[in-house]
Amino acid sequence: MMNFDYVRPLTVAEAVAAASEKGATYLASGTNLLDLMKGGVCHPRRLVDVTRLPGLGRVEYLADGSVRIGALVRNADLAHDAEFVRAFPSVAEALLSGASAQLRNAATVGGNLMQRTRCAYFYDAPSACNKRWPGAGCDARQGENRLHAVLGWSEACIATHPSDFCVPLVALDAVVEIEGKSGRREVALEALHRLPGDTPERETLLDRGDLIVALRLPAEARAFAAHARYIKVRERTSYAFAVVSAAASLRIEQGTIREARLALGGVAAKPWRARDAEQSLAGVAPDVAGFREAARIALADAKPSGDNAFKIELAQRIVVRALTLASAGTPTRIPALPGSPFSSGVRHVA
Amino acid sequence: MSLELTRDPAHLRHGSNIGQPLTRRDGVLKVKGQARYAADNHPAGMLYAVIAVSTIARGRVTSLDVDAAKRYPGVVDVMTPSHKPPLAEDPDGKPNPFAFKMELLQNDEVRYANQAIAVVIAETLEAATEGAALLSPQYHTELARVGLDGAESYVPPVVGIGNPAVVQHGDVDAALAGASNRIEATYETSAQYHNAMEPHAMVAAWEGDKLSIDTPSQGMAMAQMRLGGLLGIPPGNIYIRSPFLGGGFGSKGLVSGPQVLGIMAAKLVGRPVKLVLRRDQMYGPVGHRPPTRQTLRIGTDSEGRLTAIDHHAKVTTSTFDDFYEPAADASHTLYASPAIKTSHEAVRVDSGTPLFMRAPGEATGSIALESAIDEIAVACGMDPLDFRLKNYAEVEPISGKPFSSKALRQCYAKGAERFGWARRPLAPRQMRDDDGFLVGWGMGTATFPALMFQAQARAVIRSDGSGVMESGAHDMGQGAWTALAQIAADGLGLGIDQVEFRSGTSDLPDAGIAGGSAHTATAGAAIHNAGAAVIAKLADLATNDQRSPLFGAGNTGVIAREGRLFRRDDETRSESYADILTRAGVAEIEASGGGAADPAAQSSYAMHAHGAVFAEVKVDPELGQVRVTRLVGAFAAGRIINPLMVQSQLFGGMIWGVSFALHEEAVMDHRSGRILNANLAEYHIPVNADVPSLDVLTVDEHDPHVNALGIKGVGEIGVTGSAGAVANAVWHATGVRVRRFPIRIDDLLTGL
Repeated sequence: MMNFDYVRPLTVAEAVAAASEKGATYLASGTNLLDLMKGGVCHPRRLVDVTRLPGLGRVEYLADGSVRIGALVRNADLAHDAEFVRAFPSVAEALLSGASAQLRNAATVGGNLMQRTRCAYFYDAPSACNKRWPGAGCDARQGENRLHAVLGWSEACIATHPSDFCVPLVALDAVVEIEGKSGRREVALEALHRLPGDTPERETLLDRGDLIVALRLPAEARAFAAHARYIKVRERTSYAFAVVSAAASLRIEQGTIREARLALGGVAAKPWRARDAEQSLAGVAPDVAGFREAARIALADAKPSGDNAFKIELAQRIVVRALTLASAGTPTRIPALPGSPFSSGVRHVA
Repeated sequence: MSLELTRDPAHLRHGSNIGQPLTRRDGVLKVKGQARYAADNHPAGMLYAVIAVSTIARGRVTSLDVDAAKRYPGVVDVMTPSHKPPLAEDPDGKPNPFAFKMELLQNDEVRYANQAIAVVIAETLEAATEGAALLSPQYHTELARVGLDGAESYVPPVVGIGNPAVVQHGDVDAALAGASNRIEATYETSAQYHNAMEPHAMVAAWEGDKLSIDTPSQGMAMAQMRLGGLLGIPPGNIYIRSPFLGGGFGSKGLVSGPQVLGIMAAKLVGRPVKLVLRRDQMYGPVGHRPPTRQTLRIGTDSEGRLTAIDHHAKVTTSTFDDFYEPAADASHTLYASPAIKTSHEAVRVDSGTPLFMRAPGEATGSIALESAIDEIAVACGMDPLDFRLKNYAEVEPISGKPFSSKALRQCYAKGAERFGWARRPLAPRQMRDDDGFLVGWGMGTATFPALMFQAQARAVIRSDGSGVMESGAHDMGQGAWTALAQIAADGLGLGIDQVEFRSGTSDLPDAGIAGGSAHTATAGAAIHNAGAAVIAKLADLATNDQRSPLFGAGNTGVIAREGRLFRRDDETRSESYADILTRAGVAEIEASGGGAADPAAQSSYAMHAHGAVFAEVKVDPELGQVRVTRLVGAFAAGRIINPLMVQSQLFGGMIWGVSFALHEEAVMDHRSGRILNANLAEYHIPVNADVPSLDVLTVDEHDPHVNALGIKGVGEIGVTGSAGAVANAVWHATGVRVRRFPIRIDDLLTGL
């Protein structure tokens, strides 16, 4: 039952070919996939180990000001890359707020994008889960669901996407480079993850064999470096997934917000870009009234999927906090407790 | 020769080893990875066993695809209800009050999720794991009964081990009716499951009807008795090696079903077998702390003197056995009240049987009681420490017995001073730090009974002047290898390096159970008495020998110290152990000693350790996230054998208190009865970043009644008081009283 092929191709083309068969899946560091296999949640017939593929482990700062991050770059390496931290501080803060040091040392950038939900019913093989078994039903819907989605959920699935990393990335218009059977293409990260609708088993727009080879942040994303934060509320100070998180980035000129970027984590099946809220902030002064209005707009469509109405209120407060802290300026170095409310003062908020 | 003493024998002088902050004698072994834990053993020809566990909480197994498992390469055999070695005793029997029912494939019934339903034995761990998956069990499933409202409740026959379920002292209803101030509040605590770093493991090897096992045990002699009964062999035929435990916390006090299954598997295949539980498999068969719902009604007179404490606890237990967390009993001893009532009710649910988990009853009861005391102090307009001092129990409230010793007042004073409690504003939500976080200060009283079980030890002095002390004690990580060796060295009047301390195997004298915070006291007393007995023999040899400078001193006329006997009235006259034995032509002398509670002292005195814990928390005023920032605990627990080990024990207990108040909770699906977070990623305990600056103070207590050494024990008391202190600090920071633990962000959010 748990026998599977294991192949370790040496070129991207070989990898794509090897993964194009039914039941094949890519293996990078396996920090999520191996747990899923051991737990009987995933049963791949073939693991295509991509860790030896050449050229995917580099961070390249391109002449146009953008950065291209190979899919095999380790989370920890990226988060400690000094130039990256300077240019994209909220992304580094999000990375360092996730998992544990050991996991960050192993986990890859591409793998982080592809991690699965932490919905307990997805992991609990005997439970009904439409992700695992389309049409089986969703035991989370009437189950223990205080941490489930409040935005974009459907009756078929109320799971959330667990990544911290993806939240500021989606806010900063990150682009994913994909190698597939028909060559290379690019998609906005915001479009990579899908909302569940009636097909929660289809979590991304990737086709069979598609391999994420790189992630790009555009040069424009650097414009927010002076006012960018990631704030994450969790049930212990470290090594816990977000109850709710927010990435806020502001471009402030002459005391006015010229452009705002805002995304939420832990609220939906994908990192949730709050574009309407961003619009409301453009051209206004960076003050609490404006931030509260943005928060209200960001969560206007939210509704509880279970015992989780508190997340709607919490998410609004986190949006206000993240915007407030971002407007106060990016700290000169990443706080000792990255993403934690306890890493920054709240005096100016209260 | 056996000698039992309840007072310091005059011919031993303590203090050269006892009281020293020695580091762990096994520390280097552990740091180097050379300490051999049970699962590190691989006897020749060993096979691997993996249990298949039920995914339903209630029903029957209707089929297992044994053939599929057996066909898998490497699988040797599959143990099932119809294919297993016979047992001599029904695992559902109750041969004694400490025997709890276990699932040993006696039938196809499933009574909780994660129950063993088969065991696959294979040449490799991988094959056994795969074989277990291939069994593809089918079930007849019945509706699971889950949680405190999952079934009709009833009054249990007893709680804990033999405590009455209902205790009444005075008339609480009348006292409440006449009270000037009163509160009534209901608190809920969550289920907690054992997560010792080392999971339960068994390496079993049979030779005829003799059994040799490597397994972590907090009570080897009890394990021998239980296993002997089940397997139908004399307990003496069972040899247990348990030199190190990667934590026990009560879960390894009684041998668990899966451990026995490992032994049965070895019998079935006629080869040694190793069986180690996976982390998720610990959530069921090894005991847990059940959820509780506790209602406290407290009344005072107009000056804040308690007139009534009524503490009622509802707990869950399993459908097939009886263990009732004695949560309400926490209100028996701490606060002086003319009327005290404690009572329990229970609900049978489809879970494993809840059992001993660090401070069972004391911990769950403490967080409710200490929260309620905080609430009544608020109702009286009093500082919580002043309230506790005003209601200080000078004698044990219900029994009226004097305390054998009770330095709680000093604990309050020293803890409060170190913490800076005097600066605490009475009203909540008055303090902010420089960053704008809400700051709150709370306190709780800690207490745990000073128990003793029974233990034996054997002491030897050899003609080269060295000594041996044997007692089959259990080092769970708490430092027994070190603290007991210190007692042994003083008991023998030797330096610790001259004493060979033998422990951790079942062929040594029974050291009793390492539980109830009683191990150092009990095994220590046995060791102390064995030392006294062998020194008495040595003194006899010397003082009866005309050639000795000690001749005629009488054996109480000498003192043992640093490998010599000294004349008490003239310390210039002394003789070394080696000289005494060599001259007598004796290679070694030996003696035994026992440790047990003194019934006379127990009937005359109430014996408890005490403490006071002060907590500071910070709370984000909008987001509701809580962080403990300071924790000060002052404890009085009799004589401290090793201050370093004691500090670690108290640190660990206090951290569990943080966990209890803010983090730890097993989430169970209310329909299936399965635990949804049976892993260390999602079963939250504090990480380093959650653990604040910890400050532990100990207050000297010289207790002449608890035992000869005056030891009370510190294994569990740290959990008590701490959880309530944190919860009370959250109230003081926010003004929001949360009565459900762990306190969650959602509990605080709307009130902030």
